[in-house]
This record gives sequence, structure tokens and C-alpha cells, in this order.
Amino acid sequence: MSDLKRERISAKAVTVGGSDIDTDRIIPARYLKCVTFEGLGEHAFEDDRSQLKQSGALHPFDIHEFAQAQILFVCKNFGCGSSREHAPQALMRWNKGIRAIVGVSFAEIFFGNCLTLGIPCVTADEQSIKELACANRADPDLEFCVDLKQMKVFFAAREVAISMPESAREALITGRWDPTVELLKSKDHIAASAARLPYFRGWSSAT
Amino acid sequence: MGKNLYDKVFERHTVRELESGQFQVLVGLHLIHEVTSPQAFSMLRQSGLKLLYPERTFATCDHIIPTLDQSRPFADSVAEQMIAELEKNCKEFAITYFSHTDGEQGVVHVVGPEKGLTQPGMVICCGDSHTATHGAFGSIALGIGTSQVRDVLATQTLPMSKLKVRRILVNGRLKPGVFAKDVALYIINKLGVEGGVGYAYEYAGDVFDRFSMDERMTVCNMAIEGGARCGYINPDETTYQFLKGRRYAPRENFWQQAMAYWESVKSDPDAQYADRVTYQAEQIEPMVTWGINPGQSLGVNARLPELTEVPKNQRPLVEEALRYMNFKPGMPIKGQKIDVAFIGSCTNGRYSDFELVANLLQRGQYKVAPGVRALAVPGSQLVHRQLIERGLDRVFSEAGFELRNAGCSMCLAMNPDKLQGRELCASSSNRNFKGRQGSPEGRTLLMSPVMVAASAIAGEVADAREVFDLNT
Ligand code: SF4
Repeated sequence: MSDLKRERISAKAVTVGGSDIDTDRIIPARYLKCVTFEGLGEHAFEDDRSQLKQSGALHPFDIHEFAQAQILFVCKNFGCGSSREHAPQALMRWNKGIRAIVGVSFAEIFFGNCLTLGIPCVTADEQSIKELACANRADPDLEFCVDLKQMKVFFAAREVAISMPESAREALITGRWDPTVELLKSKDHIAASAARLPYFRGWSSAT
Repeated sequence: MGKNLYDKVFERHTVRELESGQFQVLVGLHLIHEVTSPQAFSMLRQSGLKLLYPERTFATCDHIIPTLDQSRPFADSVAEQMIAELEKNCKEFAITYFSHTDGEQGVVHVVGPEKGLTQPGMVICCGDSHTATHGAFGSIALGIGTSQVRDVLATQTLPMSKLKVRRILVNGRLKPGVFAKDVALYIINKLGVEGGVGYAYEYAGDVFDRFSMDERMTVCNMAIEGGARCGYINPDETTYQFLKGRRYAPRENFWQQAMAYWESVKSDPDAQYADRVTYQAEQIEPMVTWGINPGQSLGVNARLPELTEVPKNQRPLVEEALRYMNFKPGMPIKGQKIDVAFIGSCTNGRYSDFELVANLLQRGQYKVAPGVRALAVPGSQLVHRQLIERGLDRVFSEAGFELRNAGCSMCLAMNPDKLQGRELCASSSNRNFKGRQGSPEGRTLLMSPVMVAASAIAGEVADAREVFDLNT
């Protein structure tokens, strides 16, 4: 299961500024009426992006130089609003897929939804986020390394400290963040429990 | 010390303790619908997983189905895509699907019980918060998110933490004109919309003992609106009689064995609870909500709160509700003109709900007031057929109600049944959130089906006891 371990994520980055970016902005509510998360990626930040376009500006997700990014820098209370899982699902499906998010703070449910998908949301102080964002904007090709073992982001011979609740960090670096895999580990136990419940096989086929 | 039903059922379904400190719990019955399951299936496909026990998952289509023209393909291409996807997934993964072409479709929380799938002593999950409904049979019934739907499909289990249990006793006798919906709204009003956070609610006492299964489901349905993850009622003779003869209920030769299990999970007389509250049935009035959450309610003859009566920390929410509803502090709710009346949903869309209203409508040649759009939407195709068989469909249409085909309809707006603009709707559903019924400015007043009918006839919020002369 080594491929589930999330120790170090090295990639290019993109910065989306602004506090309290809610799940509606990450993925507009109309995409709730859909049958699959696939294809959600292209709609990430859709309304923000089109509004900016109309005003003659470009959202970072529309700037060609950032198209390779897999690490996202954000500000405060990112992912607030509804509990919909569509938000992290959209981010992990945008272009090459966001694999780690660094911000000042995250909404709790969003954080949990990301964890279930193996996407670490780590926090850093405002000054550090500024530093990361500046370096990222100055050079879109710059590689960042989010290191969950050392709890630092490394870039261009510099580093900033990051933090994350220990239980989440532990689950990510040991590869135990995927609940399905965890639950499937005890298939025999599951079968035994099912056999103990008189109704489980349907009464008509019970013995 | 004895144990309550929640603890017993939880223990019987515990597979093991997880490293996180949570418990891996077996799900005995899994229900799915078209809105929250498709993504779970794509996740399964992506990871190459199969269903562990496909025979324990059952599907139907409710949210997006139109209630007028149900011929395929649906006019709304996204709705068509969603139902087609559900059909495809059920076929591919060998899941029993209750389809509307077979006459088996309905709101998932109406269909489960009427087929005898919902039984005492189960852990029941569905990607829908009103799964709490099934607790009426003495089960732990929980709404879950999409990743959890995937996990139940793949593993038939979920990681769960144990809830605390609050015992809610309602003793005495309900007054004429007061129904299960009023009890549900009363409890939420008393305990608050967040009062149940971290709890399972055990409902007990005279009132619940006398309630039919339909009435019990109405109250458990709204446990979630009080913040509780689930609510339940201990099984008894009423529960067993309801189940007898239903398709998935135990056959004669297994009945004793089933009864033994059901009796064994009941709360012990000396069971422990984290909390207890007691209410007197005589205190409960026909309730109406006036705000934007189900806790903002009052007796139909009461006045809205004055701002000075509201604790300071709650004032912003009250002000926000008044602004949205366009209501004034201190005004009566009775007499508010309504535009729409809706009887249906998983709270009050069962046969007995319509039968009760039809009996009253028949008494006096009542007619829906001019200008009021009145919809009666059965919770399932079976309910619809029963109404037709017993001639009650005509009672509704003669009174000016439009009797539609089964579905979630105007409970929420994922189908063509929607409020327009700022319309005010007397509704037997369960949520009065902003925009819930399809118009971003639409306004909802929650009440019992009988109160909805009375208000439809009066053209304004009315006391059903006066309209139908219920005071005896
Ligand atoms: S009737 Fe309403 S509350 Fe019930 S499942 Fe449908 S949309 Fe949800």
C-alpha cells in the first residue's frame, strides 16, 4: 500500500488569494445535479473565473503558466459553506490535479473531505503564505515540496513551517487515510459479523 | 444497569474497533437514490472495487423524477441522465431497483418501510439525511455522505463514533387536531435545531405507544431537523403488525426467530440515557413555522416573537428570518395569505396522511380557495394506487387539489415542481430553509397535512380545528 503514503508532495504551485472562499465558489451549486465527479475539474472556480474574464482579468486557474500546478496556496477559512464533497473532487480533477493545499486556515468539513481523498490541507502563518505566494507568482515554474515528515514547505533553498493535526498527518504519511482500504482490511471480521446477524441474509433464506 | 436500543444495536453490528478509536459498524440495509449514488459508483469503478453484499442495497428514484409527465426520456435531460445512470449502476452491480415503470418507485424513505425492508434492530444507511425516518421501526438509521455510500457499497461497513442517547417522553393525550407533525415540530422548537447534535433521540411515552407506524415515521423523519443524527422508537406490537405480510418481512416460518431478535434489542426498563426530557401531550398545539429553520415555529394561534422577547444572541437569526419571510415581529401567523399548498414528502406523504385529509375534505364539500395552487403528491406509486383504488383521488381533485405522480416533488427543487418568486407555501414537508422549494425567494411554512389542507381551503394560514370543526 506504499502508493497511499503521502510523505512528500513536490510540484509546481498556484495561488488563489482571498479569505472565506466557500465551496460554492470552488464548484458552483449547479454541478451538484450531475452523475459523476469526473469532468468537475474544468468547472473549478467557474463563476469566479468567468466574472474575472468579463472584467478583463484572469483567474490564476486560467493563467497558462500555472496550468501544471499541483499544489494550491490559499488564504483564510478556505472551503467554508456546504459540506459537499464536490469541492475537493473538482480541485483534484483540475488539469493535473491538486494534490496538496497550503493555507492560513481551512473549514473543518472541507479539511475532512480532502483527507478522505488523501489531499493534505496544511496550515502556515500569514507571513509564510505571503512568502509562498510571492515566490510562486514571481516564478510559476518554481517547484515546491510539501513535506509532511518534516512539516515544512521547501522551495528555492528556503523553507516555511507548516502544521496539521497529528492524527491527520499520521494517517497521510502511513497511508491509512483511505477509509475504504482500512475497512476492507477486515473482510473476515465483516463476514463473521454478518453471519451473526439473523436478518442479514434475508429471513426467507435463513436457516 | 440495562442498555438502550441504540447501544444494543450498535454492539450487535460492531465489526471491530479501528485505530482511530472509532468503530467499524456493519450496515444491514443500504438504500440509494439517483442524487448521491452516481459519484460513489464512479469512485468504485476507479478503484476497481466490487460490491461486497449487493443483496443488501436497494435503489429507487425520487428527487429528480417529474410528477406530471413521467414518460421517458424525461424532458429535463440532466434528470434523464441521472435516472439512466442509476439504472445502469444497478444493473452492472446487481442491485435491486424499484423502478417507476414497474410501479414500485417512490421516495426512498416511503418505499423502504412499505416493502418491509425496514425492520427493527438494523443499522440502516442512505445517502440522504432523512434516513432518520426508518428509526421508527427501532433501528439505527443514518444519513451519510457520498464517500460513505462508496464505503458501504464496497465494504458494507462504516467507521462510526458512538452517539449519546436522549430519551424524549411525550405523555398524555394529544388534543383533537394535533398530529404527529405537530409533535415533531414541538420537540424541535423546545430543544432547538442544534439541540440534538451528538445525540440519538429515543422517543417514548403514551403518545408514541399509541402512534401508528406512519405517525412514528413522521416524527423520526424530523429528528435530523433537531440536530440529532438519528431518532428511534422501540419496536412493539404496532411495529410487528405493520411488517406482517410485506414483501421483505420474515415469512411465517421465520417469524418467531425474527420476533426473538426484535424483542432482544428493545431498551431495557432500567436502561441508561445521557439525557431525558418529558413533555405533556396536552400542551402541544397545531404548529406552524414562521422562519427559515424548523425550530422557528409557534402554535397556530400564537403571535410571532417581539424582538425584545428574543435573547440577544438569537436576535440576528430572528431578524434575518423576519426579513426573508417578510413578516413583522409580534404579528399573528394565522391569516397570512398563502399561494401554494403542498401535501407530500417523506415526512407526510404516506397513505394515512392523504386518507385523513380526504376524510375531512369529504365531510363538507370543501374547495381550495381561488388563487391557491394545491398539490397532493403521494410518497410512492403504491400510495398513489391505494388512493385511486379507494376513490380518494377524486376527493382531492373535486376539492381542487392536483393529485400528482409519486416523488419528492416540491419538498425540494430538483424537479419541475417549484415555487415562483416570493410565493408563500403551506407545506407538509420538513425543511423551510431559504430557497428550499425551488425559488431563491420562495417561502415555506411547515405544518401538518391537515393544517395544509385547512389553509388551502381558507386561502390563508388557518386553524384546522376551526375549518374542519375538529374540537370534539
Ligand atoms: S421528500 Fe424531501 S426530504 Fe424526503 S427524501 Fe425527498 S427531498 Fe429529501
